[in-house]
Amino acid sequence: MLQFFSSKNFKDFHDDYLYWIKIFFLTLVIFGLIISLFVSPADYLQGDTVRIMYVHVPASWLALQIFAVMGICGFISLVFKTRIFTLISKSVAPIGFTFSLISLFTGSIWGQPTWGTFWTWDARLTSMLVLVIFYIIYIGSWKIFSKFNLAEKLTSIVSLIGLANLPIIKFSVEWWNTLHQPATIKLTESSSIHSTMLTPLLIMFFAFLSFSIIIFLIRFKLESLNLKINAKR
Amino acid sequence: MNSNVKKRLYFLLVSIITIIIIGKFIFDSLKINSVYFFSPTDLKNTTEIPNGIIRIGGMVKDKSLKKEGNKYSFIVTDFKNEILVNFIGIKPNLFEEGQGAVVEGKLNTRTNLVATKILAKHDENYMPKEVADALKKTGNWKKNYGK
Repeated sequence: MLQFFSSKNFKDFHDDYLYWIKIFFLTLVIFGLIISLFVSPADYLQGDTVRIMYVHVPASWLALQIFAVMGICGFISLVFKTRIFTLISKSVAPIGFTFSLISLFTGSIWGQPTWGTFWTWDARLTSMLVLVIFYIIYIGSWKIFSKFNLAEKLTSIVSLIGLANLPIIKFSVEWWNTLHQPATIKLTESSSIHSTMLTPLLIMFFAFLSFSIIIFLIRFKLESLNLKINAKR
Repeated sequence: MNSNVKKRLYFLLVSIITIIIIGKFIFDSLKINSVYFFSPTDLKNTTEIPNGIIRIGGMVKDKSLKKEGNKYSFIVTDFKNEILVNFIGIKPNLFEEGQGAVVEGKLNTRTNLVATKILAKHDENYMPKEVADALKKTGNWKKNYGK
């Protein structure tokens, strides 16, 4: 199992498949944008504002999922001292950070016409802002601490603590009264979204996911080469 | 597993469990204190009228919205209790009768609020206009959708 997580495997994967993943991503994103911007119907209440959702929701999902990956990687690298997980976490962090910013930004330009405000301190929005801050602390620690071993330990702890925020974000809309609406797409029950709107949403999600994989593979290769060069010095 | 790995694993697991337990206590007290908005029923059950700025959320009662220039008055209900709201200003587009809303302002009396800000609350249902019309026509509107 652990053999799979070798930097050679990831680098080989980068060299062999990056081209195909790029093509896959381009197809999905072009297809997804056409469907979500032109083909899919306007919402009965929000009208065309609903199209912001096709970027907002996948970005938010990925921001959360990527931080979950970072938290798990942080735990493994703290306990087992396997450097590869630190590298995985370090390579995905900027991707998740970008998605969390996209999520906040698109959310507030959706909120202005729909709710009547760009920002409000309800539980969902606040906990999402906390996630952004965790991303900033994580990436910042890598920049501030130049010693790899120290930075590795600190960032792992940061990602582990930040993990506690994820269920708060997810369930904030159920635990508290929030202005933000509850989840539309649920794993256990049927979703309260029409299928003509669900399709572009899922296509956009997989487009964003494959984009994350592209950036991850490139960044991982860079980071592991960096580590090798610094070790030789 | 060598002994060092085991030591670190136990240390981390114990500290995580401790933090979760502490976190739960903090969380429970936060849950009571950090209310984004009250429902009209919450407000009825409080012993004293809050005198600062508060938020109240609920449905805008059907046929209760009255407009006079930029002065609005309407009733916010949670289907058990109601609060009359007065508001001067511009309302958001999605603010309509039968839709959810959060109003911010000061309580005049226990059942009357002078709002300084209106926020429209959107629910988790997304559907094309044709589907919504069809549902309304067949009488299934807001039966399968919404709470």
